[in-house]
Amino acid sequence: MEKEPILSVRNLTKKFGGLTAVDKVNLDIYPGEVVALLGDNGAGKSTLIKCVSGAHSHTSGTVMFQGEEVNFATPIEARDKGIETIYQDLALANNLDIAGNIFLGREKENHYFGGLFRSLDDKFMRDCSVEALKTLHVEIPDPKAPIETLSGGQRQAVAIARAVYWEAKLMIMDEPTNNLGVPEQRKVLELIENLKNRGVPVVLISHNLPDVFAVADRLIIMHRGRKVTEKKISETNTEEVVQYMVGALDDTRDPLGAG
Amino acid sequence: MADTPPDAAPNPGSKPVNARAASQKLAMSLLQVWAWVFLACLVLIFIIAVPVVSGGAVSFLSVRNSQNILVAITPVLLLGLGQTFVIISGGIDLSVGWVMSFASVISALALREAYNAGLPLPLAVFTGFLAGSIGGGMVGLFNGVIIAKLKVPAFIVTLGTSFIVRGLALLMSENTTVIGLPSGVRDYGNESLFYFIRGDGGGFSIFTKPEVTGEMLRRMDRIITYPVLVTAIVVGIAIYVLRRTKFGRYTYAIGGNQVAAMRAGVPVDRHIIKLYMLSGATAGIAGFLSTLRFTTGSAVIGDSLLLSSIAAVIIGGVSLFGGSGSVVGTVIGSLIIAVLTTGLVMLNVPSFWQFIVVGAVVILAVLIDQSRDAIRNKIAGH
Repeated sequence: MEKEPILSVRNLTKKFGGLTAVDKVNLDIYPGEVVALLGDNGAGKSTLIKCVSGAHSHTSGTVMFQGEEVNFATPIEARDKGIETIYQDLALANNLDIAGNIFLGREKENHYFGGLFRSLDDKFMRDCSVEALKTLHVEIPDPKAPIETLSGGQRQAVAIARAVYWEAKLMIMDEPTNNLGVPEQRKVLELIENLKNRGVPVVLISHNLPDVFAVADRLIIMHRGRKVTEKKISETNTEEVVQYMVGALDDTRDPLGAG
Repeated sequence: MADTPPDAAPNPGSKPVNARAASQKLAMSLLQVWAWVFLACLVLIFIIAVPVVSGGAVSFLSVRNSQNILVAITPVLLLGLGQTFVIISGGIDLSVGWVMSFASVISALALREAYNAGLPLPLAVFTGFLAGSIGGGMVGLFNGVIIAKLKVPAFIVTLGTSFIVRGLALLMSENTTVIGLPSGVRDYGNESLFYFIRGDGGGFSIFTKPEVTGEMLRRMDRIITYPVLVTAIVVGIAIYVLRRTKFGRYTYAIGGNQVAAMRAGVPVDRHIIKLYMLSGATAGIAGFLSTLRFTTGSAVIGDSLLLSSIAAVIIGGVSLFGGSGSVVGTVIGSLIIAVLTTGLVMLNVPSFWQFIVVGAVVILAVLIDQSRDAIRNKIAGH
């Protein structure tokens, strides 16, 4: 890949008091690639992602996004710049309909009398939402129904459609296939492929190695706050990945990676 | 039809499934409108039963009685409106009844002082309105800030505020009542848009009060008194705000998933503060209207109304867990309570029974909502 990276992280460190959760991590994300971020519980992958998505501010190091140095104070700031994060617990309001969720916090309003009276433009929002889902090849039987009536995979699709509609430049997905049935998992992986084909890079946090090998182009493995390796999917295998995850292999300790 | 792809052909096993789904959907829609049906049944029962019990002397659906019911529901409904918004957002406001009392006192004081200072009566009344609604709103601001910013549970904060405003109301009224309001205030609280005189020499009058006295005055009914009109306007605004505006959308979103709302950029804390201000303000309007109606500020007028207002909201289908409900539901809930209590009185049922019946209806309402959710989950469960 000769393109400019969309996201470029250098020497990123995050300390919580005396504890170093993320230790001098470097990484680059290029347009149209799916990068899996792996590691055991407590390896620092969630903290790293939170530093990028604005949930935490980092202690030292730099984060460049689209060629501009950033240190987001809130996730909303990050989202306004085009970094959408899809959390494990989805972050959808189950009592609202599709449009209510896709436009939440960014509702389209009709203005009357110079803005004195405002009402929600429900038709516009609903049409756009159905359209956004259509581009992801997802059909929702009743767009007016609250999304609690949808399946887990369909809800995941709504969260992804939100990012697509608002033209996210980088998508971060935290365990997107957790708690889903097998067909639903497959659908989510298709959605990730779909995003990739649109040139939207995806950072995928997952414990599910078959998923990772199915969709990712590269993987980055963390252990105890440090990045221990970065590999192309085609150049590694499950056993090796597991060894890195448990700390048996570590490229920073032994550049040859020979254990 | 010729180019229908093969996979779109009807599944041979789908017929019975569709039939079951259809019956479930029918049950769903019945359960969704149960409150309307229940209200209609109540009215029907009282229409039949009241003349029977009274030997034909009284009828339930008279102009006078329907207006009495409307006048009776205004305080409960106004308290219930703010409460509807607060409960949909996942909170609760236990202070509404006492805020109403407090607002009754301060609106009476403000009205009296404004009038004594030389303001014409309409302006003095308006001053009373501002004092009541803003005073109530300020109590709500206090509630909201402590709930949203200091993260104290709404239950505790509004419970504490109830005591505080109760004490303030008693202090300011110097022994529960504020009297000495200009006598013209009575008209604002009791006159109406329309008048109807039954029987000989009777008729219908719009906007102007017929000059009648004695026996004819007793035959005159006031249709849509000003407090009822004000309440209707507030109801209309509340329906619009909850259904059609960002404010309403945020209220549902916060009740559905507060974390999601925050991540989506909804100003959650600020919105929660506004919700409690709204609840305080509607309670304040209720206090102001009661001051007009009785030409007296009373520090105890709303004390017993908290539970009725919550009952109206719950009967109207608002979930105490937040996230669902409607203003129209609360209107129906208030009507059910008012129709029940008036109807039972007209049937000469001892008044204690009202409590027992209303309590039973509240529990019934929650049971029906739960079974509705169960059916919906069944439908969605595939």
